Amino acid sequence: MDNGQHTHIVKYSTFVWILIILLVLTFSSVAITQLDLGVYTVTGALLFASVKSVIVLMYFMHLKFDKKFYAIMMAGIALLLTSVIIVTFLDYLYR
Amino acid sequence: MIETHTQDTTPSFLEYKGRFKGLMGWIFSTDHKRIGLLYLYSMLVFFSVAAILGLLMKLELIAPGKTIMGAQTYNSFFTLHGITMIFLIVVPGLPAVFGNFFLPIMIGAKDVAFPKLNLVSWWIYIIGAFIALSAQFMGDGAPDTGWTFYAPYSFKTGTNMLPAVLGAFILGFSSIVTGINFIVTMHRMRAPGMNWMKMPLFPWALYGTSWIQVLATPIVGVTLLMVVLERTLQIGFFDPALGGDPILYQHLFWIYSHPAVYIMILPAMGVISEIIPTFARKTIFGYTAIVVSTLAIAFVGYFVWGHHMFTSGMSGVALYTFSILTFLVAIPSAIKIFNWVATLHKASIDLQTPFLWALCFLFVFMIGGLSGMVLGALSANVHLHDTAFVVAHFHYIVFGGTGYAFFGALHYWYPKMFGRMYDKSWANIGLAMFFTGFNTLYLPMFYLGMTGMPRRYYDYVDKFHGPNIISSLGAILMIVGLIVIITNLVRSARYGAPAVKDPWKGKTLEWTVASPPSLENFDEIPTVTDHPYKYE
Ligand code: HEM
Ligand SMILES: [Cu+2]
Repeated sequence: MDNGQHTHIVKYSTFVWILIILLVLTFSSVAITQLDLGVYTVTGALLFASVKSVIVLMYFMHLKFDKKFYAIMMAGIALLLTSVIIVTFLDYLYR
Repeated sequence: MIETHTQDTTPSFLEYKGRFKGLMGWIFSTDHKRIGLLYLYSMLVFFSVAAILGLLMKLELIAPGKTIMGAQTYNSFFTLHGITMIFLIVVPGLPAVFGNFFLPIMIGAKDVAFPKLNLVSWWIYIIGAFIALSAQFMGDGAPDTGWTFYAPYSFKTGTNMLPAVLGAFILGFSSIVTGINFIVTMHRMRAPGMNWMKMPLFPWALYGTSWIQVLATPIVGVTLLMVVLERTLQIGFFDPALGGDPILYQHLFWIYSHPAVYIMILPAMGVISEIIPTFARKTIFGYTAIVVSTLAIAFVGYFVWGHHMFTSGMSGVALYTFSILTFLVAIPSAIKIFNWVATLHKASIDLQTPFLWALCFLFVFMIGGLSGMVLGALSANVHLHDTAFVVAHFHYIVFGGTGYAFFGALHYWYPKMFGRMYDKSWANIGLAMFFTGFNTLYLPMFYLGMTGMPRRYYDYVDKFHGPNIISSLGAILMIVGLIVIITNLVRSARYGAPAVKDPWKGKTLEWTVASPPSLENFDEIPTVTDHPYKYE
């Protein structure tokens, strides 16, 4: 049975770049709270956080190099969570 | 029944001698069957305690005013009763006991994918349970918030909340670990030839359940941590005085806890889908429809949590959305009911104890589900929310659904698990008493709720007295029935007649191995060619 494992070696320089991107995004999500953008503050912070998790999943957790199937599963989960958040905001935005 | 164990040369998992002896051979065993039984025994202990608390509450309510306990004791009783029943029994319940024991056998595997992790999850369960229960004995009095830990009361009350909340948090990990284990097991370890659409329906139900466990439990975990932080550091998530929003707590809690009711009920539906074809001697009607509705319930069940919050001040848009979605989620459940009933049509039914449990399940589950529709209607909910009606609804559906399925499963798989038969007449007498007691206990509560009796009070006004007397008497009968049922099962494990491989003439793989199974279940991994319920 194919267990979906094949070795793939990621260069150190890639990891360094990812670290830098993650740090920049972290500071951005703190910085955005200093601006007064109304609901878009939360939207922005969530957006930065989502990009960060995608990068972590793709590279650190090897989703990019693994079978497509796992990526599809993850995408499904992300969609579910997004929908849950949207439904929650049906309360907050219209209260 | 003279044929004894089919004399396999391999000893059964009960007789198997591993690295450790005695008790150690159990609590450090990674055999999925022993772990299943460990859960069974632990749950039996917790259940006995929680059931006695329930009985004591009903005795308090047999007359208005203080009968046997005061308000604060009553408050801590329904809290402990709820926490134990929900977090220690019905949430882990069927997957932890019967999932662990039978999932690998039913899909033709020797164990789950991660046996050690499986043992870890039992240990986490026990540790979480002890931490949660320690709240009763330490500090400033037993928790009194109810199992829902609603903010702001949960961080305002002077009682000892932290261990209870932390315990529930820890128990969540046990749930997640089991969920992951089962998902991987089903993806990786099905016997050759068993494609997804040849997998029996109990494993299918566990598959849907496991996904909910993995995806919803972290949310309550984080929420409970937020309560802990709120209590200790006054952060201001939920406390209006600190700029927080108490309704946010309710959202987060029910985003987990509504899907959690499907963690409770999906495996129960799976059990019923196994029992009915076996005793109807008939292929299950609409296998595919049952599979699809399982997945549909698991999915739609994510979007109805707001129906627990209809009166808490959500926006109108949210109210309508949640009400409509609540009505939608009833459809896949109804599909299953129709499938089960259609399976019985023109069947040659064998009225054995497990089948009687399944029939009783259908009866009480329908009442529970339909009363849910009443509660899902916005206007009716305003009137019924937080009354005895809700208590009747969820007991009909959680106790009536998951509880009946649990006992049904126990009577169905008992010969396989312990290699002995139980006394059928005592089992049926116990069921009759239990079923009569159950309905006498909970039916009046629908009426009490509609006429305005609130839940979670130790006292009531005089006009509620009559139905409460009936209800409390029902509780006594039900408990006696339970004692009969459990005594019969415990006694038969020792004195029952030896069971054959396939006492019910079932067709799924667990009936092809010895009773009780050997350590590795199969001498040789079977190859599956047929549909699991091929009777004709
Ligand atoms: C036909 C499907 C169902 C519908 C339409 C439904 C609807 C509802 C509604 C609207 C409430 C809130 C009542 C209130 O507090 O005002 C409720 C409460 C509850 N339901 Fe259901 N329900 C359904 C199935 C289930 C199932 C399958 C379970 C569990 C196995 C369940 C367990 C509960 C519990 C535990 C509560 C009470 C929670 C609490 O406040 O302590 N329900 N249900
Ligand atoms: Cu619900």
